[in-house]
Amino acid sequence: MQFGIFSVSDITRDPVSGETPSEAERIDGILKIAVKAEEVGLDVFAIGEHHNPPFFSSSPTTLLSHIAALTERLIVTTATTLITTNDPVRIAEEYAMLQHLSKGRMDLMLGRGNTAPVYPWFGQDIRQGLPLALEHYNLLHRLWREDVVDWEGEFRTPLQGFTSTPRPLDDVPPFVWHGSIRTPEIAEQAAFYGNGYFANHIFWPTSHSKRLVDFYRQRFEHYGHGTRKQAIVGLGGHAYIAKRSQDAVSEFRPYFNEAPVYGHGPSLEEFTQGTPLSVGSPQEVIDKTLTFHDAFGDYQRQMFLIDHAGMPLKMVLNQLDLLGEEVVPVLRKELAARRDPESADAPTHASLVKAKYGDGPARQPRPNANRGDNVTGASPYQDSDAAAEYPEI
Amino acid sequence: MTVQQRRPEGAQPFHLVVVSGGTSDPSSTRMLADRIADRVRTLAEERDEKVATDVIDLRELATEIGTALVSQLMGPKMTRAIELLGRADAVVASAPVYKAAPSGLFSSFFHVLDNDLLIAKPVVLAATAGTSRHALVVDHEMRSLFAYLRTMTVPTSVFAATEDWNSKELGERISRAAIEVLLLMESGFAEKIRTESWKSYQHEYGSAGGTELDIDLSSDLMRLATGGSAKPSGKPRP
Repeated sequence: MQFGIFSVSDITRDPVSGETPSEAERIDGILKIAVKAEEVGLDVFAIGEHHNPPFFSSSPTTLLSHIAALTERLIVTTATTLITTNDPVRIAEEYAMLQHLSKGRMDLMLGRGNTAPVYPWFGQDIRQGLPLALEHYNLLHRLWREDVVDWEGEFRTPLQGFTSTPRPLDDVPPFVWHGSIRTPEIAEQAAFYGNGYFANHIFWPTSHSKRLVDFYRQRFEHYGHGTRKQAIVGLGGHAYIAKRSQDAVSEFRPYFNEAPVYGHGPSLEEFTQGTPLSVGSPQEVIDKTLTFHDAFGDYQRQMFLIDHAGMPLKMVLNQLDLLGEEVVPVLRKELAARRDPESADAPTHASLVKAKYGDGPARQPRPNANRGDNVTGASPYQDSDAAAEYPEI
Repeated sequence: MTVQQRRPEGAQPFHLVVVSGGTSDPSSTRMLADRIADRVRTLAEERDEKVATDVIDLRELATEIGTALVSQLMGPKMTRAIELLGRADAVVASAPVYKAAPSGLFSSFFHVLDNDLLIAKPVVLAATAGTSRHALVVDHEMRSLFAYLRTMTVPTSVFAATEDWNSKELGERISRAAIEVLLLMESGFAEKIRTESWKSYQHEYGSAGGTELDIDLSSDLMRLATGGSAKPSGKPRP
């Protein structure tokens, strides 16, 4: 079971101090948050992707590769990578590079993005968001698994004899999570490929997220990747912790009340009651998080949102201390005790390498020499299965 | 006139849900809705049928409606209201007229419902106002909202301005609307749409108040999700 934090990268005015951090301050801050996440014993750090203010994270792989360099154990990932407006070829290249630089301490989560104006900036149309996401992933999946890809689809220019470089680390593709809150097609795609399924699990009651998680588990089994219990499920969550329950509520309330996503709407109490949000003492956060297990059964990754809505860096770092020292260790123990031995472990690069090669050596692709025709070569690597065929020069 | 008995002995009573946008207590908007519901009940009894009525007073849901408008959170009262409407056989929707339109509270409640929650359900539209100059609000404003929701609005609109309350004609219009909605309930139209044609309407996963959970695994998008092509298959839609 992995525990981590995910940030949407919003730069929001602190409603208590009235200060809005600069982009530079917030970017520096997120590095400290990520490093601290490892220090307090968390496993995963995820960043969102946005292409409009007030967000800073337009280039997640650049940020994540730097974080990977500053840390030793932390898995860096996204929440989410836009599979619609990004070219899947660029996703294949950038995330494979991140995988090499982080020595496999990465994965990624794919999402569609719901900001309509962003789509045309990248030559796309939100009305085609779902087919775009599905088709783009179909291509991405192949780019990481086949040295040479011929491809033609509805949304992207065709590819002939294309090789995405670098090949994935140890020729094991990065693990992919498909994030969705209400789209059965995304859950189906995750199940079809045997990838992970992530439910954001923030705005809606647990019962809402459970429907598609159950569907995904059932389809995962249908496609022969394992039993329902072995499907790979991740959940979001949202917490604010203080030693004393009443302090948690009074400290968090001004940030909740003005949060960009739900501020000025429901009361903190209504939202806590109706959604997975927990605001309270470490024990209260532990208790509420354990109700996720009651609903979903064993799952592989729990992410918490803790740094949004203008919360100052010091406050976020304090949250990390409480999360890492008082909440997560108890959750690890409790969930380990409840765990069905049949359930899958959270996938890591090491476990994927082991699954592919057993104890044997991993493939290390070495390109053939550049003969001047290396953009059209049918078999660009020395160990490619098929003998390389080169046209007469 | 022969009395037609719609349902066998011991059948479930018809479930009529009254939605009132009235804000005072007593409220003339609520009173108008109650008169219609009472009339439906009386007419049903004359035909050996039973009607069970639930009332949703929107005043009590005001803050939850506001919350639902600006966030995706449905509070417990909204959840209950949606559950009632989802299994209603018919609806009486009664609004006060503010500024030549049904009140914002009334409209907002229907704005946050799933588009497919009320498909084919018989609805009596009613409104109250301080002046008869608002008489066309039901036909011009409310009817289009309920058409969008694909409800089966009854032909008679019930409108009551101050001067109508003591008029015999208002009572006659109420009776007319009541028999219209009763006949539509008896016909089982909404239920037949649900069993025979439900899929031909647009739904989203989890819509219809969380009850629409069918997943069509043979759609073009599902084919694409499982490695197929985005090109339409040309398969006729059901």
